[in-house]
Amino acid sequence: MNSEQKTPVIVVENLTARFGDNTIFENVSFTVYKGEILVILGGSGCGKSTLLKHIIGLYKPYAGKVVVNGVDIAAASEEQLRQVRMRFGVLFQAGALLGSMTVAENVALPLSEYTDLSPAAINLVVKMKLGMVTLSGYENHLPSEISGGMKKRAGLARAMALDPTILFFDEPSAGLDPITSVELDNLIKSINAGMNTTMVIVTHELESIYTIAHRIIMLDKEARGIIAEGDPRVLKDQSTDQRVHNFFNRLPM
Amino acid sequence: MARGTAQQPQYTVNIAGEPQGAVTLSVSGRITLDNLNAFTAQARAVFSDTSPAKLSVDLFGLSYLDSAGALALVQIEGEAKAKSISFQFINATDETSRMINLIDRKALTMAPLISGRVTANLIEQIGEASVSFLNDIIMVITFLGELLRALMYSVLHPRSVRWNDVLFYMKRAGVDGLPIVSLISLLLGLIIAFMSSLQLKQFGANIYVASLVAVGMVRELGPIMTAILVAGRSGSAFAAEIGTMIVNEEVDALAVMGFDPIRFLTVPKVIASMLVVPLLSLYASLFGILGGMIIGVTGLDLSAYTYVTQTMDSIDTFGVVSSLIKSAVFAMIIAGIGCQRGFQVRGGAESVGASTTSAVVSAIFLIIVCDSAFAIILYYIQM
Repeated sequence: MNSEQKTPVIVVENLTARFGDNTIFENVSFTVYKGEILVILGGSGCGKSTLLKHIIGLYKPYAGKVVVNGVDIAAASEEQLRQVRMRFGVLFQAGALLGSMTVAENVALPLSEYTDLSPAAINLVVKMKLGMVTLSGYENHLPSEISGGMKKRAGLARAMALDPTILFFDEPSAGLDPITSVELDNLIKSINAGMNTTMVIVTHELESIYTIAHRIIMLDKEARGIIAEGDPRVLKDQSTDQRVHNFFNRLPM
Repeated sequence: MARGTAQQPQYTVNIAGEPQGAVTLSVSGRITLDNLNAFTAQARAVFSDTSPAKLSVDLFGLSYLDSAGALALVQIEGEAKAKSISFQFINATDETSRMINLIDRKALTMAPLISGRVTANLIEQIGEASVSFLNDIIMVITFLGELLRALMYSVLHPRSVRWNDVLFYMKRAGVDGLPIVSLISLLLGLIIAFMSSLQLKQFGANIYVASLVAVGMVRELGPIMTAILVAGRSGSAFAAEIGTMIVNEEVDALAVMGFDPIRFLTVPKVIASMLVVPLLSLYASLFGILGGMIIGVTGLDLSAYTYVTQTMDSIDTFGVVSSLIKSAVFAMIIAGIGCQRGFQVRGGAESVGASTTSAVVSAIFLIIVCDSAFAIILYYIQM
């Protein structure tokens, strides 16, 4: 297990994000290892979501590079990018289900595009995935007919449709009630344990962070980079950095 | 699309044991989404080939299993249980059993909570279409009432109108639309003059080309063409804007803050349109006449002076004023229907698209209906 944990899956090297004259962060470097849950956190506006979008290839880096599964995302060809993206799933903030399709059709979409399974087999896999996120029975509901928490879980089922080796989450528990939020955390943990999926999660919900994170990296707006890295439970008590200490102990600056 | 795994299966399936007795199905290698079909077919052969009384699935050699592979194994378990065969997994590693346990067996057979959407038969569809058409008429009339009330309120309380928004939409619907309105009217004038001159030349009545273009453009084509262009440019934009605001709950936010959404969103658009569309249609007539003059001067041996004089003689104040009023009414239809369709949006992106289309189609339809009414009314007034 220990040797496996040391397999790097995502390597970010000296990444700089800049829009026009506005530099979001500079020289950010870190590595995500196979099977770990890494949480990216920080206050509003520090570039958490921007960092995530750089890793999944939606934004091009201003400088530096992002390597996922051995492929440099910025330099990859369309076909390479397609191959890499097939191996990862992304859960967007509000689920990002296609509104004109039912929940089952949403989950079946990547399956029918990337595999040669028969419709009956796809149907079965969809039922299985919906069962995993405890949405059994909601196949024929439209996204507008289910609640926000359910949309997130359906989005997760779609992100997991192709059994990705990496899952990205953009604020999974934002806007959810505490119970649904805990259920989602447990789901994330059980999927991570059961399938050994590498996960990168952007969040600032402290409760979630303590429950699910193996390791965190903390970004800061003023520092324009990483100000802390490590186990959140340890950082909470031992960090000497005032900003990190205040964040983990819910203190105002 | 199919990633070729058939040539070299990454897994092996071995069946050992006596038919009708205890049979062991040994599985090794990788079972994933890619080879799900092939694996399921091969593994299920155990039932037809040996019809076992007791089935054990040996997972000793399994190197990798994803959730689809686990699903295939659970399917075999399910089939065995359905045939009352005693079943067990043996030699499963922790990792493998965790994966198998992740699969909720009840979920696989559970029926959907609501049945799939069935398409109605023809008679039902006709019925539904009629009901929704009637509802639509009622809603448009209701909206018209609310809009008139809001406009009356604005007339009595001019300070309540958001004049900055009015200026913004005047620019959007009017100034920005001027180039395309001018270009299309110029070409329209050219075409009318050219086509009519072919006929009128035969009677030596070239000079009447000027009258025909002037009367046609000022009375009918100017207002109509402008209205259709504005419906396409601005009516659709109003519907999409308000529709997206509905989706983002911005309209709810306005209502909660104590604003009347109609007064806040619709009135500025309607006032702006009613101010600029008549001006646009004047421009349209002007450019149409200019187009006619180009043909008249270059092709019909008329001097520019003669053409302009003949044009001035053909147009009267009544014609110009009535066409301005007509344009203002068209503008109210376009802006009103655009906003009303926007407010009807429910759900998401698809609904915004449908309402935008509907805004343009309904606006053009109502413009033509209204124009017919104007033609009859103006005829009797002029008598």
